[in-house]
Amino acid sequence: MSQISLIQAVNQALFEEMARNPDVVLLGEDIGVDGGVFRATDGLIQKFGEDRIIDTPLSESGIVGTAIGMAAYGLRPVAEIQFMGFLYGAMEQLVSHAARLRSRTRGRYTCPLVVRTPYGGGIHAPELHSESTEAFFVHTAGLKVVVPSTPAEAKGLLVSAIRDPDPVIFLEPSRIYRAIKEKVPEGECEIPLGEARLVAEGDDLTLITWGAMLHPTLDAASRISEKGIHADIIDLRTLSPLDSSTIIQSVEKTGRAVIVHEAARTCGLGGEIAAQICEKALLSLEAPVVRVTGYDIPVPLPKTEAWYYPDAEQILDAIETVVHF
Amino acid sequence: MPKKILSNFSVEYVQFLNESGRIDPLDYSEVSSLPEQTFKDFYADIVMIRAIDEKALNLQRTGRIGTYASIQGQEAIQVGCAKALQGSDWFFPAFRETGLSVLRGTPIEKAYQYWSGDERGNVVPDNQHDFPVSIPVGTHIPHAVGAALAVKYKKDPIAVLTVFGDGATSKGDFHEGMNFAGVFKLPVVFVCQNNQWAISVPLSRQTASASLAQKAIAYGFEGVQVDGNDVLAVYLTVKAALEKARRGEGPTFIEGVTYRLKDHTTADDAGRYRSQEEVEAWRKKDPIIRLKSYIESHFNWNASDEEALITKVNQQITKAVETYESKAPIDPLSMFDTLFEQLPPDLLRQRERLSKRLNTENEAAE
Repeated sequence: MSQISLIQAVNQALFEEMARNPDVVLLGEDIGVDGGVFRATDGLIQKFGEDRIIDTPLSESGIVGTAIGMAAYGLRPVAEIQFMGFLYGAMEQLVSHAARLRSRTRGRYTCPLVVRTPYGGGIHAPELHSESTEAFFVHTAGLKVVVPSTPAEAKGLLVSAIRDPDPVIFLEPSRIYRAIKEKVPEGECEIPLGEARLVAEGDDLTLITWGAMLHPTLDAASRISEKGIHADIIDLRTLSPLDSSTIIQSVEKTGRAVIVHEAARTCGLGGEIAAQICEKALLSLEAPVVRVTGYDIPVPLPKTEAWYYPDAEQILDAIETVVHF
Repeated sequence: MPKKILSNFSVEYVQFLNESGRIDPLDYSEVSSLPEQTFKDFYADIVMIRAIDEKALNLQRTGRIGTYASIQGQEAIQVGCAKALQGSDWFFPAFRETGLSVLRGTPIEKAYQYWSGDERGNVVPDNQHDFPVSIPVGTHIPHAVGAALAVKYKKDPIAVLTVFGDGATSKGDFHEGMNFAGVFKLPVVFVCQNNQWAISVPLSRQTASASLAQKAIAYGFEGVQVDGNDVLAVYLTVKAALEKARRGEGPTFIEGVTYRLKDHTTADDAGRYRSQEEVEAWRKKDPIIRLKSYIESHFNWNASDEEALITKVNQQITKAVETYESKAPIDPLSMFDTLFEQLPPDLLRQRERLSKRLNTENEAAE
């Protein structure tokens, strides 16, 4: 096993799934000769040709709408949208068609497509290149939403997303595309969708997060552990369907929960998780559930973005708040 | 300043059977080679789908189905497309193609079922490759393009056809789909039912273009306008375009000029925005009148033929209404069952909640 980055893991997953299944076809802007703006598809056109690595016109709704037709016909399209902020042009295709096709035809047609897009900030990118609006998609019945947090997770989850019989929005944390390298299994390494990962175990509180935010959360947890406070750390992996039982089991044990996401606070997924904890584990709670989130403002431009995202300090503050409540 | 002409273009208009029910001159080889039975079949289909529509309006008025979008006046396009398509071809409708869908194989009772608000009406038979109606306007166009891309990738000997209205040509998805089709030279035929009105908005407010057909030229493929009330023009043009698609020679855009004789849907009142004179003028161009006139004068179609046809059509529709109305009520729990291939645990719990609610209501009713 070699040490590879998250973007390389994405590339490896795409490569292996394409080699395994001729119905897997990639489409998107600049994914062919250029290898994708982040190089996720680097080298794939040389291996699989332009019939399977389709450089499309600049056309987000066209890309997703075309992928729906391809999926219904029997292919396994994997569409790349260059940044999450550009996915909004395809919103109607996702919400009104991809998400509903199986249900409105009672299973006569299905829509096994994957839309991959980088999400989140911290890469000093221009406006609308740092969005974290996963809640839009989680709120849409019929879509699955997956967010990997490390290279190995990215590979295993992307393989499962491509094999999944239903539409999956696969959100890649652009901030850690290259920041972390780890050993990633070669060959088969499916990670089932809908199952959260317990990254660390502790009895004092539960930290719930996903994607890029796992890393400041781990940092905060490691610092608080020096004070003898130990946390269960849950990496959700799949935001929809949500693995609520892993969350509830942990909170029943620890009695305290902090949810960390970089998305805006109001109607962010943290709100839903807090509500579920209140509904299902109220009597276990020793403190209010606390959310550490972005602000309810548009994601700022690079000069001020550092003050937008939660960092380890704020997560530490939240941990102190719930532990000493 | 120095200038040169970059592009000159022309747009063809196809009409065989004119408003008076005549083909002038009569010796077009495409038409003269059609057997007598084909004309009679076209006529039978047009009469049939007009009657299906009339019954749907009647069912709506008497509260037996919900809001319905009438196809009246547009039957020639639907019959022409249906006859030109092969069973293995794929079809992506908008929502004013009930006649075309039935001619493709959708049981009439399924059409009534869908418009009654029962999703089971969306399920086409397994051997029929038709998408369900698209309620958002024009957003189904890229789906047809995607299917065509898959056809090309798999080298299948089939073509894809999508139908939409004039309003759809103002939407971004029309542009994105047409553009993809041109760039990748896909086996897809775009048919626009230009019925002059998108609810209350006339064509002059949809576009400043002299025709819709010419939009295809900018996407790099052929666009042609046909008399959409002439079933022969539609059939022959669509058939040629589908054959061209199957030969791998790329897409075609066909604008069928027609008219929506009824309201946008049963929830609309077209009297608010268009004149009765305009409607009456278009009634004279009705696709049924001209085709009937033609087969009367050329193939001795007579009153007893007509009566036999009407009787047969009415029997079929009566039977379809009976079948539709005798369907077991839809099980509310089934709302959950095809959301995903496998229902996640939280949704199983929500389904269980509905199940309890249904049981409670059933017990209360007993």
